[in-house]
Amino acid sequence: MEILVCVKRVPDMAENEISLDSGGADIKRDDLVYSVNEWDNYAVEEAIQIVDRVGGNVTVVSVGDADAEEILRREMAMGANQGLLLSDPGFEGSDGAGVAAILAAAVRKGSYDLVLTGALADDGAAQVGGMLAALLDWPYASVVNLIEVKDGALRIGREIEGGAQERSEIDLPCVLSIQTGINEPRYVGIRGIRKVASIEIPVLDGPALGLAAGAVGAGAARVRRADYFVPPAGAGAEMIEGSTAEVAVKLAALLKAKGGIK
Amino acid sequence: MASHVYVLIAHQDGRLDDSALELAAAAAVLFPGAAPTALVAGAGPELEAACAAAAAAFPEVWKFDQAALAYPNAELLRPLLVKVLPAGAAVLLPHSTLGMDLGPGLAIKLGAAYLPDVVACEGQDGALLKVVRQEYNGQVSAHVHCDTSRGVVATLRSGAFRPAAVQAAGSVLDRSGDAAGLTARRRFLDVVPAEMGDIDITREEVLVSVGRGIGEQDNLPLVEELAEAMGAAMACSRPLVDAKWLAKARQVGTSGQTVKPKVYLALGISGSFQHLGGIKGSPFFVAVNKNPKAPIFQAATVGVVADLLELVPALTEEIRKGR
Repeated sequence: MEILVCVKRVPDMAENEISLDSGGADIKRDDLVYSVNEWDNYAVEEAIQIVDRVGGNVTVVSVGDADAEEILRREMAMGANQGLLLSDPGFEGSDGAGVAAILAAAVRKGSYDLVLTGALADDGAAQVGGMLAALLDWPYASVVNLIEVKDGALRIGREIEGGAQERSEIDLPCVLSIQTGINEPRYVGIRGIRKVASIEIPVLDGPALGLAAGAVGAGAARVRRADYFVPPAGAGAEMIEGSTAEVAVKLAALLKAKGGIK
Repeated sequence: MASHVYVLIAHQDGRLDDSALELAAAAAVLFPGAAPTALVAGAGPELEAACAAAAAAFPEVWKFDQAALAYPNAELLRPLLVKVLPAGAAVLLPHSTLGMDLGPGLAIKLGAAYLPDVVACEGQDGALLKVVRQEYNGQVSAHVHCDTSRGVVATLRSGAFRPAAVQAAGSVLDRSGDAAGLTARRRFLDVVPAEMGDIDITREEVLVSVGRGIGEQDNLPLVEELAEAMGAAMACSRPLVDAKWLAKARQVGTSGQTVKPKVYLALGISGSFQHLGGIKGSPFFVAVNKNPKAPIFQAATVGVVADLLELVPALTEEIRKGR
């Protein structure tokens, strides 16, 4: 099975506190630690496991600038066979539909049976996979937490409300967005990344993808972020301050008073 | 502004989902003056009941009755909506697993803009719709402007819009014929309920809930000891279940359990809306987190900015002393 996995380089939410630059035009990016979007990492692991079972190839693709190469290499170190970077100054400012159009152009240039994305990324939109499927006119399923390969089709599970699993059969080719927890992504060490350091990652720009100038990017975007802001804090929590010992004493007393110690 | 506004009604067992009246309220805020049409798909008597309930809140209800629609399958609903909706329509969906499944592709197929997970409306400027979204797991918000001139599909966050106290004597239009002969390349099989395991955190009065701030699996005994000292049950946020450190039955949130404790102690949990969505009943809510900007402090009654690995052992000792 030929599998394409779409990955995004994002600020690592486990490593960073997000704050805003002075004008709110962007988040402060100077000291951010970046990594592959967590959901995408599960998608790559799933693709590798499918290919281990039924054969084929895993390609990882990212829309981004040159910095995105580091996450492509990381996912190749996990076991993806090749990387593909879609990069063009004209892609900047694309909305979700623009990113999906760029990816759709890359899918059409290849011969894929299955395209995986993460269920969502840093902006929480959860949109690109479903848009990509619609552009390709392929069937789609979101928040997938189970994939079994059948003849010409997949048996899949979607994680729905309350942690229940909705099971379906879906025809190939299709697009699936992958939920965290579907597998246990393998660890990637420095040595693994060194092994793939010299593999060339092709870069395709707008013309190479056959995208007309202005078809994607800021000019074509109908959804635009005007600015970031931090909403005025509500009353919020009453904060307890002091040394660890002092806080422990206060908290223990509060918990006891509120029936938290049984 | 979009003059044709449509709202997808989620329903089960003949009853409207909570999202239905929230979407009715959102429609009035996002598209003032529009008379939204409720779209209700399903089958049989349960659909009839859902349509009757929808007619009490919407001036017009379109009913789509087909056996294939008995379970909501986005791959069937999408072509149906593309067929029946006029050009330039505005469509509101709940930001649920159904909305996420249906919405992005629907926007593409309608040629409309897509606005996911809207939490508030900031007004309109001609065809420009101004809304608020959240990014980075709720750590920051964004003003987002959307060109709705060729239509828009928006999903709305659960709980963001107060349910409308609307009174309508809506008419139900049977459009089941439009839904005849639908086929999909994704076929629904069944739903497997979440496994419950040996613990039912939905019945517990005191929960000690732990999140990513625990760092390593080896640190979990610190929290277990605290829970034991308090006589509480242990719960967790999603990342610990994804890592297979704790059972799914202990997960609090929209994709886990909905809990109603009297006391909720959140340790190293940032407070994503998915997690907070699983906590009901206004408990005495204590949050401990290293990040002073963590959204959990907006939901908590009492907060402590601290590393749980330092505070928890001290708290355990203090509680043991007090016994």
